[in-house]
Amino acid sequence: MSSDAPRLVDSFTAPKEVLEEFAELAEDENYDPFAETASKRQIASRQSDYHNRRFSRQANESADAFRASEEGKDVEGGYKEAMRLQRLEKEEERVRRAIEDKERQAREEGQAKMDLDKTPPRAELEEAAKELSIPGTKRKRRWDVAEPSEEENKENKGGEWSKEALDGAAPKKRRSRWDATPADVSAPGETPKRSRWDQAPAAAPDVAMTPIIMNAPGFMHEDKHNRYLTDEELDAILPTQGYSIVTPPPGYAPLVRPPKLSATPITEVGFHIQEGSDAAAAAAAAGLAPDLPTEIPGVGSLAFFKAEDAQYFAKILKEEDETELSVDEMKERKIMRLLLKIKNGTPPVRKTALRQITDKAREFGAGPLFDKILPLLMERTLEDQERHLLVKVIDRVLYKLDDLVRPYVHKILVVIEPLLIDEDYYARVEGREIISNLSKAAGLAHMISTMRPDIDHADEYVRNTTARAFSVVASALGIPSLLPFLKAVCRSKKSWQARHTGIRIVQQIAIMMGCAVLPHLRNLVDCISHGLQDEQQKVRTMTALALAALAEAAAPYGIESFDNVLKPLWVGIRLHRGKSLAAFLKAIGFILPLMDPEYVSYYIKEVTIILIREFQTSDEEMKKIVLKVVQQCAATEGVTPQYIKQDILPDFFKAFWVRRMALDRRNYRQVVETTVELAQKSGVAEIVGRIVNDLKDEAEPYRKMVMETITKVVASLGASDIDERLEVRLVDGIIYSFQEQTTEDQVMLDGFGTVVNALGIRVKPYLTQIVSTILWRLNNKSAKVRQQAADLTTRLAVVIKQCGEDQLLSKLGLVLFEQLGEEYPDTLGSIIAAEGAIANVVGMTQMNPPVKDLLPRMTPILRNRHEKVQEATINLIGRIADRGAEFVPAREWMRICFELLDLLKAHKKGIRRAAVNSFGYIAKSLGPQDVLQVLLTNLRVQERQSRVCSTVAIAIVAETCGPFTCIPAILNEYRTAELNVRTGCLKALSFVFEYVGPQSAYYADSVVTMLEDALTDRDLVHRQTASTIVKHLALGVAGLGCEDSMLHLMNLVWPNCFETSPHVIGAVMDAVEAMRVTLGPGVLLSYVLQGLFHPARKVREVYWRIYNSLYLGASDALVPFYPDLGELSEGQNVYDRHPLQMFV
Amino acid sequence: MSSELRYTANTQLEHLHARYTGTGHADLTKYEWLTHQHRDTLSSIVGHPPLLSYLAIADGEAVGRVKFEMTERMLQPCGPPPAKEE
Repeated sequence: MSSDAPRLVDSFTAPKEVLEEFAELAEDENYDPFAETASKRQIASRQSDYHNRRFSRQANESADAFRASEEGKDVEGGYKEAMRLQRLEKEEERVRRAIEDKERQAREEGQAKMDLDKTPPRAELEEAAKELSIPGTKRKRRWDVAEPSEEENKENKGGEWSKEALDGAAPKKRRSRWDATPADVSAPGETPKRSRWDQAPAAAPDVAMTPIIMNAPGFMHEDKHNRYLTDEELDAILPTQGYSIVTPPPGYAPLVRPPKLSATPITEVGFHIQEGSDAAAAAAAAGLAPDLPTEIPGVGSLAFFKAEDAQYFAKILKEEDETELSVDEMKERKIMRLLLKIKNGTPPVRKTALRQITDKAREFGAGPLFDKILPLLMERTLEDQERHLLVKVIDRVLYKLDDLVRPYVHKILVVIEPLLIDEDYYARVEGREIISNLSKAAGLAHMISTMRPDIDHADEYVRNTTARAFSVVASALGIPSLLPFLKAVCRSKKSWQARHTGIRIVQQIAIMMGCAVLPHLRNLVDCISHGLQDEQQKVRTMTALALAALAEAAAPYGIESFDNVLKPLWVGIRLHRGKSLAAFLKAIGFILPLMDPEYVSYYIKEVTIILIREFQTSDEEMKKIVLKVVQQCAATEGVTPQYIKQDILPDFFKAFWVRRMALDRRNYRQVVETTVELAQKSGVAEIVGRIVNDLKDEAEPYRKMVMETITKVVASLGASDIDERLEVRLVDGIIYSFQEQTTEDQVMLDGFGTVVNALGIRVKPYLTQIVSTILWRLNNKSAKVRQQAADLTTRLAVVIKQCGEDQLLSKLGLVLFEQLGEEYPDTLGSIIAAEGAIANVVGMTQMNPPVKDLLPRMTPILRNRHEKVQEATINLIGRIADRGAEFVPAREWMRICFELLDLLKAHKKGIRRAAVNSFGYIAKSLGPQDVLQVLLTNLRVQERQSRVCSTVAIAIVAETCGPFTCIPAILNEYRTAELNVRTGCLKALSFVFEYVGPQSAYYADSVVTMLEDALTDRDLVHRQTASTIVKHLALGVAGLGCEDSMLHLMNLVWPNCFETSPHVIGAVMDAVEAMRVTLGPGVLLSYVLQGLFHPARKVREVYWRIYNSLYLGASDALVPFYPDLGELSEGQNVYDRHPLQMFV
Repeated sequence: MSSELRYTANTQLEHLHARYTGTGHADLTKYEWLTHQHRDTLSSIVGHPPLLSYLAIADGEAVGRVKFEMTERMLQPCGPPPAKEE
C-alpha cells in the first residue's frame, strides 16, 4: 500500500455531506417537498423571460367612445387619451433607459475594483447591495420584504385592478412611479383622469392586502382570541398602583411589525379533512405547507387554496355582517365567491358557479367582473388549470356582456394576448377564441382604436403580441374590413415600428388563415410590397418573411398577385447580406413553386448565383434556408435536369456533402431531403454516382447519411439507371458499410434491403459474397449483429430465390435452424422470422431443413413469453400448417394445439389472430374432431380472453371444415350446466353463423330450439348473445325461405326491446334490424304500430326508436304497409291516401 | 333525458335519427306522422314510373300532369296543420 492511501479507521460514520444534508433538513422544518413540482405547474415559472414580459405591461381603460358620443357626453380616456399615455410611456421608457445607462456607467467606474470571480468581502457586498437597491435601478425588489411605505401604497382600493392591484400582483420594472409624489392628492373618486400616473395612492383602504407571509405558520394572526392587548386594555386589567410602565431598552425594535394593516383572514375552523388531489392541499395535509383554509364562508369546501389566493379573496375570507354592506359591495363579494368556486372548486361546484356567473353577467356589469377576473390572470403563480378556467369565464361572460365590454377591451387584451404566443397549443387556441369573440362584441372600430397605440410600442414583446391579436381580429371580422387600416399602418411615416408591426400582422394573417387569404392576396401583397425597399433593415426582413408566408398560404395559386414584388425581391438578393438576405431567399423559395414553368427557369438562374455563393456560409440558419430553397427550385417544373447537373450539383456536393453536415440532426435531414429532391430531376445515377464512394468513408454518421440518401433515391426511382460499374461500386460500398456499422439502427439494414431488392436479379454475382457475410455474422458473438444478419436474410430471401440460388437459401436455412437455441429473445425472433421467410419462398417441399424436423423444434419455442418470438413462431407454424401439414405427424399437431391455447392469452392482437387461424389450418389437415374437442374443453377455463378466442377458433374450424362438423358438437356442449360453457357455445355459434353466411339456411331449424331456450333464459348475457346469433342467422338466411322459423325467433326477440342494459339493447336492436331484412319491413311495421302511440311515454320512446331505424332502413318499402287512417280525418285534415285507392 | 340515459350506448343513434326528415319521436302528433306518410307515398309514386303511369291511366291524365300534381301535393298533403292545443 502506498503512503498516500487513505488511512483506515476502525469506526465508520455516515459521510459528512449526508450529515450536513440532514442537519439542513432538520433546521428547515418547513421544507416542502411539493414546492418544486408546484413551481413547474406554474405557467410563469416555466416560461421564458420573453413570455414573462407580459407582467410588465400596463393596461389602460379604453372608454366606449361610441356609446359616449351616442349619449352626447365628452369622451375621456378614448383613443386620444390612449395615444397620449402611450407617448408618455415611451418617453418614460427612454428616460429610464438613459438613467440606467448613466448609473451603470457610474457603477462600473466606481466598482471597478470589485472582482466578480471571487466572493467579495461582506462589507463590500453590503455596500453594493445598497447601491443596487436605490430606486430607479432595474433590480426587482421583493415585495414581501418589509417596506412600510410601499406596503401602504399597495393597499388596494376596492377593486381598481388596473392600478394598484395589478402592480401589487406583478412587480414592475417601473417602480419609480410609486415613489413619485402624487400630483393630485384628492380622493380617488374625484380624480378626473383615469391614468395611473396621476392618481393618488388610495387614502382610505377598506381592506388591506394580505401579504403571503402572514399565512406562514407561527405568525401571529390577529383575531379576537390571539392578538395584542392595547394599552387601554392593559390599564383596565392591571391595578394602577404598584406597577410602572418600563421603557423599552435602547435599541429594541419589535420583532414583528404591529399588525394593524393585516386584517388577516381567519376563519374559525375546527378539524377538517383536506380534500382534493392538489399538491398544495396534500402538502397542507402533511403539515408541510402553510396552513391554508379550504372552507370559506359562503363558498363551502374547495379543492385547494393557495397562499396567493388570500390576497385576492381577502374580503370573503372573513365573516362579515352582510346587512352593513352596500349593494355594490354585496355584488363584489358575490362575484368573488363565484370566481373562487370556479377557480378552486371541485368540478360540480365549478360547473354551477360558472353557470351562475354567466347568467348574471349583465347584472353584475362588465366593470366589477373584469376588475376581479383580470388580476387573477396576471398572478405569477397561476397554473394551467386555473388559467384555463378563468379564460373560460371570460369567454362565457363576453357572450353575455356584448358591447358592454368595450371599456375593458384593452385590459382584456393585455391579459389574453400572451396566450397567443404560449407554447401550449390549446392555450393559443383559447386565446384566439377569446380575441375573436371580443372583436365581435366590441366591433372593428373599437378594436382598432384600442390596439392602435400598441402597434408602435417601444417594447418588441407588445408589438409582437399585438400583431398576432390583430391577425385574429382580421380572421374574425374578415380581411377586407381591416385592409384600409393595414394599408395605412404599413405606410406609416411616423415610426418604423408601426410599419414593422403592420407587415407582421399580414404575416400572421397568412400563417393563421392559410388558403383563405387567396381572395385578398393582391391587396395584402400590395399592402406590404413597398416594405422591401424600406430604409429599416428589420422592416425589409419582415416584409420578405410576410411574403414567404403569403406565398406558402396561397400555394399553388396566386402568382399574379406577386408580380409587383418579384423585381424588388430578385434585386434585393444582390443587395443584401445576412439575415435580410436569408429572409429574401425564403420568400423567393416559396414564390418559385407558384410560377409558370416557362418563366421559372429565368428566375431560378438569377437566384442560383446567390445560392451558390451562400453555400459557403457558416451561418446555420442561412444554411437551412439555402437548402430549402434549393429543394424548392429543384421541385419546380421549369428547371431542367441539364441545368441542375451542370450548375447546381457540383457546388452543392462540394458544400454540403461533407462529414460535418452529418453531425447536426437538422442539417442531416435537410441535406438528405434536398438531395433526394435533386435526384428526382437529375436521376439516380448522377446522385448515387457522386456519393457512392462515401459509403466507405471512415466517419460512420456520414456513411449513414449517404446510405439513407441512396435508400430514398433508389426506393423512389428504382435502380434501372445504374450501370454496371456503378452497380459494382454500390454493392461493394453497401456491404462495406453494413459490415463496418457499430451503432444498431435500421438505416443500414433498410438500405441494404432496398438496394438489393431494386437491383433484383442483377445482384446474383454478389450473392455468394453477401451470403457469406451473413453466415459469418450469424456466428458473431454480439447478439445484435446476429439479429441484424437474420433480419437481412428476411429481406433478401425473395431476391435470392429470384436469382435461382436455392443452394444458398438451403444453406442459410440450415444455419438458421442450428441457431434456434439462441438465448436473446429479440435475436431469436429475428432468426425464426428469417427461417419463415425462407420457408415462404422455397415452399414446404423443398424446405431445408425438412418441415418434419423444423416443426418439432418450434413446439418448445412456443412457450417463450417474448412477443416477438411468439409472433414469428406462430406465423411460421401457421404457414406450415397451411401449406405442408401432411409432412408432420398428427400427434405433433395435437401437441401444438395445446400449446396454441396459451397463445390465445397473448396481449398482442396479431398473435391471437395468428393462433386462431392456425387452429383452422390444423383442423383442416387433421379433421375437426380432435381440435374441436380441445377447444370446447377450453371453454371451461376461467380466463375470459382465452374463452373468447376459443369461440372464435371454433367458428374458424366450422368455417374451414364445414358447419355440419361443429354445430352438433356445440349444441351438445350447450347442455352442460355451466354458465361459462353455455355462453361460450352461444358465442361460438354466433361467430359460426357470421362466418358461414348463407350456408346457415341448412342449420336454421336445428338451432331454433336452442335459441328458444337461450332467448327465454333469465340471464341477460344469454339473451344478448342469442340476439346476436339471431342477427347473424337472419342476415345469413335472408331470401332463402326460412321465414317461418325466423318469425318464431322474432317473437322471442321482440319482448327484449325494453331491455335497458346498453349491450343487450344494442344486440336486440341489431336482431330486429336483421329481421327487417329477412321478414320485410311490412311485418316489422305491424309489430311497431302497436306501441307508437302507447299511453306510456317509456313505451312510445322505445317504439319510436325502432320505427326510426325501420324508416331509415326502408322508407320507400313501408309505403304500402302504412295503415289506412282515413277515418281519422277531421275538418281540413284529410288523411285518406287517395292515390293508393285508385285502380284501373 | 331519461331515454338518453337508458340508451347510453345508442345515444348517437338517436341524434342521427333526429337528423333525417320523416323520423319521429315520442311526442309526435297524429298530423305530423300522417303528413310524413303522405309525403313518402307521393314521392314513392313519383319515384316509380310504372306506378305513375298506372295512376295516370286510372285518372285519364298525362303522366307529366300527375307527376306535377303529386309534387305539388307534397307541400301540405293533409291540409294545413291543426291549431295547437294549449
